[in-house]
Amino acid sequence: MTAAGGAPAIELAGISKRFGTVAANKDVSLAAAAGSIHGLVGENGAGKSTLMSILYGFYEADSGDIRIKGSPVRIRSSSDAIAAGIGMVHQHFMLVETLSVVENVVLGAEDGPFLKAGLAKARAELAQLSTEYGLSIDPEARVGDLSVGLQQRVEILKALYRGAQILILDEPTAVLTPPEADQLFVLLRALRDQGKTVILITHKLREIMDVTDKVSVMRRGEMVAHLVTAETSPAALAEAMVGRRVLLRVEKEPRQRGAPVLEAAGLSCRDARGAEVLRDVGLTLHAGEIVGIAGVAGNGQSELLEVLAGLIQPSRGVIRLGGEILSAAERHPAALRRRGLMHIPEDRHRSGLVTAFSAAENAILGYQDDPAYGAGPLLSPRRIAAQARQAFTAYDVRPPDPALKTAKFSGGNQQKIVLAREIERQPKVLLVGQPTRGVDIGAIEFIHRRLIALRDAGVAILLVSVELEEVMALSDRILAMCGGRITGERAAQATDERELGLLMAGVTDEAA
Amino acid sequence: MSAAPVDLPRWADTALVPLVSVAAALLVAGLVVVGIGESPLEATALLLRGSLGSAEGIGFTLYYTTNFIFTGLAVAVAYHAGLFNIGGEGQATIAGLCAALACTVLGALPGFLAAPLAILAAAAGGALYGFIPGWLQARRGSHVVITTIMLNFVAATLIVYLLREVMGKAGSMQPETPDFPASAVLLPMHKLLAPLGLKLPATPLNSAFLLALAALAAVWLLIWRTRLGYAIRTVGANPHAAAYAGISPARITMVAMAISGALAGGLAVNEALGVQHRLVLDFTAGYGFVGIAVALMGRAHPVGVGLAALLFGILYQGGAELSFDKPAITRDMVVVIGGVLILFAGALDGLFRRAVAVLLRVGRRTG
Repeated sequence: MTAAGGAPAIELAGISKRFGTVAANKDVSLAAAAGSIHGLVGENGAGKSTLMSILYGFYEADSGDIRIKGSPVRIRSSSDAIAAGIGMVHQHFMLVETLSVVENVVLGAEDGPFLKAGLAKARAELAQLSTEYGLSIDPEARVGDLSVGLQQRVEILKALYRGAQILILDEPTAVLTPPEADQLFVLLRALRDQGKTVILITHKLREIMDVTDKVSVMRRGEMVAHLVTAETSPAALAEAMVGRRVLLRVEKEPRQRGAPVLEAAGLSCRDARGAEVLRDVGLTLHAGEIVGIAGVAGNGQSELLEVLAGLIQPSRGVIRLGGEILSAAERHPAALRRRGLMHIPEDRHRSGLVTAFSAAENAILGYQDDPAYGAGPLLSPRRIAAQARQAFTAYDVRPPDPALKTAKFSGGNQQKIVLAREIERQPKVLLVGQPTRGVDIGAIEFIHRRLIALRDAGVAILLVSVELEEVMALSDRILAMCGGRITGERAAQATDERELGLLMAGVTDEAA
Repeated sequence: MSAAPVDLPRWADTALVPLVSVAAALLVAGLVVVGIGESPLEATALLLRGSLGSAEGIGFTLYYTTNFIFTGLAVAVAYHAGLFNIGGEGQATIAGLCAALACTVLGALPGFLAAPLAILAAAAGGALYGFIPGWLQARRGSHVVITTIMLNFVAATLIVYLLREVMGKAGSMQPETPDFPASAVLLPMHKLLAPLGLKLPATPLNSAFLLALAALAAVWLLIWRTRLGYAIRTVGANPHAAAYAGISPARITMVAMAISGALAGGLAVNEALGVQHRLVLDFTAGYGFVGIAVALMGRAHPVGVGLAALLFGILYQGGAELSFDKPAITRDMVVVIGGVLILFAGALDGLFRRAVAVLLRVGRRTG
């Protein structure tokens, strides 16, 4: 695995790390050559994040060595990592929105108590970096005013300013539109050509194929394959990640859709700061169809789901369920559930589950007032557990133990607990947010099949996902959202990623 | 990225960690006793003999325990809803005022009616005074910690005014109400058990103790076996999930604070209706604040609250005896011991969790 020119830019050898009884990394080795882009793939919980956290000094490995250009280094904190020339771009940016680009870049590297000299030095260096890599970025712009794609560049500039030779990017495209992702890849290639080492953590196999030179696959804490990208295929990578053959495509038959079930017209909504996050949104959901919302995270999809689920009230607009206009009192989660509108929320940890509760208690969340679970004000733990055990068996939740604390289940199984809870009660309308976020490939297959089966059974499904591939694979119709507006509608078979990417970037039909 | 939370088996979390905390607190308290030139072993023996060594000692211990059960539960229920109720003192004060007010009109009723109604009046007063900060939190966003502390001062001032100017005993220099009618007060335990042939010394222990035990059971039932308890725990553990589940965090905040306030009212039941048979100034005597430590130490679980209340009961009674026998160890010393206990069991709880987890892991590896 060594590069032609000698020792690899970075080498991890025999890294092991345990958390309690769980081995997050077992004897993991990885080497990346200078001037290369190295992909790291694996399912959630495969140990990628732990490995990178060890490399960046958040954790210390129980055993194993880290070598930079052949010489061993000890990394006990992020400042050690920076000193060793390692830079990290986190999935959630570590930026101060109210400061300018240059102020963010010097943050933590101010060179003394007075800012002026440090800022001047940073300005000069930023100008040089910008020309070197063709980054067009105004050093005086307020970071909060920049687009997400540009904010990510500020993160990369921060790392480069600190002298990073090795750049780790954790799921960098999760927040980007397809065109922005392409621009990022241009930048990564430029960095590679300048001799930097890029480690790209992602679960999108297409990106691996597009941009990396080599790829390493992790499964259950172990490194299972080191491959040359040009000599492998997405199917082979998926198989290595899961350990068995997987269907990457969703099989679905065309269906005749039924009558309209859920209709919304002129929905607008403001967030706590008064910014308009939904603008005049209208949509119709028919029985037996899946309507997908394509959009980059933070463009109003979350608010649309929450308004339809009764969690936030719109400032304007009408919602009809089964033809009847819903009053403000009827736009309440409990009332909507009684009328057959169920909701799988985007973030199961934030709102879909109480992770401190037992799995059985979570299996009744939202249905805690159902008389089936006890007499009068009482809840019967026996009946709740029996119901949960039945649902967990039907949805292959592992382990099917209702008494186990929910936090101890894997992401995929937690999601199945939510899914079982909402689907088992025979919804007429199902609002689904990020159904497979943080879920392993095996569970993704299962969840996708369930959603298709529901659609075939005549349920109206609204699907919000930041995974464009998922939206395209599952939906019958796709609505693109940008800036709180619906920018276009396409039949799923009659569109492609390019066209949707433009709509997601706000290029509306009229403008196009 | 912060340190991962320490994950302990249930038994270690509910029993071992509090025990280690108590042991550490006693060790430090023992060092203080050594520091003032007394023998900690002798002091411990005196403390235990004074609190548990005689029927009379036990009676006093359980009387104190009663107060701590009520004030501990008052903190625990709110805690499950994610609220920190510092207002036990004020809620008990208002409960006492309401009970006293009720007693002025209940005198004519027979005992089986008057006493329960007086107890209900106390609970209602506490509930109202808990509801106010709950409402302020839910509807106005005023933090419950701040408002309960401030309402404690309001209640403390109000009782002074009322006892001096409105409800006070005519002609008395003491700020206290006239004696309650005999039908409205609670039976002392030695009289209650006398018909069963049990001869107990006269102590302040009264039937409020039985009420406290019932409150422990009722809170357990409420929190773990009812729909309301489920809603309270959901709001406390994840308010977003509660909203998603159609539970209104605002409503639960108000309900939980009202229940907490009603439980704090039990302190007034024990002290005013059970022991003094009149309302005196400062009858709450800091029990409301100790209730915070009781609830923290008892992990907000009724069994834990019961045990922690008993521990503080032993400390209060044993400490009183100790300072009587050993003048060098003053009443203030006992307060110091209590304070050290609160510090270790409450604030420094995390100190031992990590160590216990490491020890358990080592034990598993070698064992």
